[in-house]
Amino acid sequence: MSTVDPKDLAAFAEQADAWFAQNVVRDPGFMLPLTFMEVGTDTQFHFLRDWQNKVWEAGYLGAAWPKAYGGGGLPQAFQNAATRAMRKHHGPIMLNAIGLNWAGPLILEMGSEAQKAAYLKGILSAEDIWCQGFSEPGHGSDLGSAQTRAVRNGDHYVVNGSKIWTTLGRYAGYMILLARTDPSTERKYDGLSFFLMPMKAPGIETVPIRKLTGEHGFTQTFFTDARAPADGLVGPEGGGWKVAMRTLEYERGARGGQAGGYVSVGSNAFDVFDLAQRTTRGGRPVLEDPLVADEMVGFLMEIQALTLNGQRTQVPELVADRPQGIPLASKLMGTEMSRRLNDFAVRLTGARGAYYVDEPEAADNGLWARNYLNSFSATIGGGTSQIQANIVGEHVLGLPKS
Amino acid sequence: MKDLGRIGFSEDQATLLEVATDLCQRRAPVATVRRLMEDELGHDPAVWTELGDLGWLGVAIPEAYGGSGLGLAEVVPLVEQMGRRLMAGPFVSTTLAAQALITGGTEDQKRETLPRIAAGEAATLALAELDTDWELDAIGCTATRRPDGRLALSGRKILVTDAAEARRILVSVRLDGAPALVLLTPEDLPSGALRRETVIDETRRSFALALDGIVLDADRLLDPDRVGVALEHIHLAANLLAAADMVGGTQACIDYTLDYLRTRTQFGKVIGAYQALKHPMVDAYTRYEQARSHLYSAAHCFNEQGTGEIAVRMAKAAADVAYSFAADRSIQFHGGFGFTWDCDAQLYRRRAIWHAAQFGDAAFHRKKLARLLF
Repeated sequence: MSTVDPKDLAAFAEQADAWFAQNVVRDPGFMLPLTFMEVGTDTQFHFLRDWQNKVWEAGYLGAAWPKAYGGGGLPQAFQNAATRAMRKHHGPIMLNAIGLNWAGPLILEMGSEAQKAAYLKGILSAEDIWCQGFSEPGHGSDLGSAQTRAVRNGDHYVVNGSKIWTTLGRYAGYMILLARTDPSTERKYDGLSFFLMPMKAPGIETVPIRKLTGEHGFTQTFFTDARAPADGLVGPEGGGWKVAMRTLEYERGARGGQAGGYVSVGSNAFDVFDLAQRTTRGGRPVLEDPLVADEMVGFLMEIQALTLNGQRTQVPELVADRPQGIPLASKLMGTEMSRRLNDFAVRLTGARGAYYVDEPEAADNGLWARNYLNSFSATIGGGTSQIQANIVGEHVLGLPKS
Repeated sequence: MKDLGRIGFSEDQATLLEVATDLCQRRAPVATVRRLMEDELGHDPAVWTELGDLGWLGVAIPEAYGGSGLGLAEVVPLVEQMGRRLMAGPFVSTTLAAQALITGGTEDQKRETLPRIAAGEAATLALAELDTDWELDAIGCTATRRPDGRLALSGRKILVTDAAEARRILVSVRLDGAPALVLLTPEDLPSGALRRETVIDETRRSFALALDGIVLDADRLLDPDRVGVALEHIHLAANLLAAADMVGGTQACIDYTLDYLRTRTQFGKVIGAYQALKHPMVDAYTRYEQARSHLYSAAHCFNEQGTGEIAVRMAKAAADVAYSFAADRSIQFHGGFGFTWDCDAQLYRRRAIWHAAQFGDAAFHRKKLARLLF
């Protein structure tokens, strides 16, 4: 489906706009998570799972995935239009982030026919929640050193070890798991394999981790003689590193094919600008302070640049020198800006910057402080900013490995 | 929130970008750049003729006046590639003078002058003064009406680029208490009126212009009703083209530094492997990509009321920060060699400083943006 009839697209966009206008619930009576990493209560979980299911059933999620696997079979432009409508009406996030954004596109690209048939629809409908088992307690950014063992035994592998930072771990039906099938290889990367691993199985225990915000959202996952079916392998045994790296490209948005929607509604510079416009200090609008104003302009320029970067990647002549540059650097640029922006927002609130969530006098119920602390999830998760800088330095700028 | 601009790219821009990338690389290798720095004229007349023959000087001049009727958006890729090669010559001075005439000239002036510029005559603008800032309507020089109806000029202009070879110089003065623009030719200048200035960017030729003793016919005045619009247009056009030159230079400066970091060895290691050098290069690179996005948004939106000004100021501010950082780090990361004349890092740093000092630096434009956005 490469050609798009503009009339069809416009009609679809109009329907999507009307649907989200009618169906978005902005205040369900409890605090909605801003990102999929912040789902801390069962109430939040069930609300978001129902919401994703509803969006999918209406045809506004997975619109560009093949029909045979629960998608809409439409060109990507249709899903983009639906996502824009979702954003315009401030729809809550899509819950099943790991499934929709990285496990799903990966299975579509590299999975077997049986795997596609078994998993993709459940990802879209949110029936099957997915989590990721890459990082380990001793190995965060250094995935190649993963020690969790998987030993072949007939039609399955026996898994032992532990994974950490498992987002949605206690709700997940499946995990994308990177485990060591051969500890004796010369290159550590060659001993790794990539599994689609059922989580509701004996020998798997998830333990909640309390985040710096005081909330829950992650688990540590322990495997004790847990069974991973051999037909859940993606790629050959020992070929897991390549699959994991491809997964990270999806995770970092360097490769397209995601199901659509968005999985975080982190505050952006325009929200902070709104905060600045309604904040006073010493009885005067805070933006009358030239130092504050200068910083605010800097952030508006920066977020505008990131938007423009995205538009520029659509113009091949304007990215000819380093076509992969902006895609590979976008995680680094976006997450670091978000962290600094939220820090700025906390400082904007002056004395009330000392308050935290649930304090009645806190500005916006302490949202900014919570956003700031949560923003580290993005500068650390999916490869820290320092690892990202290595990736950009090496793969974009051609510098030697550190 | 106001419309801050967006990326758009025309086929003409694409064609000109491709042609300019090739031509500037061939005509301005760094050895040539350095040789011309020592040359009094400061650029290669044969290349200037070539640019004229290619029609580059008329890109943004309407067809009715001998140009090709495109806009500044199409000039941006040309200047970007010139900046990338540190190419010298009066191209930007001439283009801006033409823009001043297009916006503020009388019909006779446009008919008389624009076709000459399109055909390759150099021109420039004399706007800055020692005691004024970057506000172009803050003018100390004056024109006084004499009893015979002619205009007597007085005062001193500075940083008049390429004035020695310009066949037309547009000068801002105060007449009857209001800003005015007048059109000079070299024949109007008393001997000694031009003094070459020593400027930080040695690829440039810049002059102080003494106006005392210059007397002009009144028909040298540009359209009095269009002066404000013309000055505003010049300010934004100058900043757009400066941003283009700076973005090109930033790219080249980063590439130049990377070449060194990929080959220089210390303590048994290629130094680009050290994160203390690698990570700041990534910072320089991401700032560059952001500045280039701002640049092509500003080019595309230049003629849009409101958005054009916002996008141009963002482009200049982003380019200043990106170029200054990349070139500053380039000197440092070249170590002892970076401290020498022979290292090209100083050429980029000097050019970045020149541009920051012309038509407003990053802080100036951010302050303007605060007023536009808040």
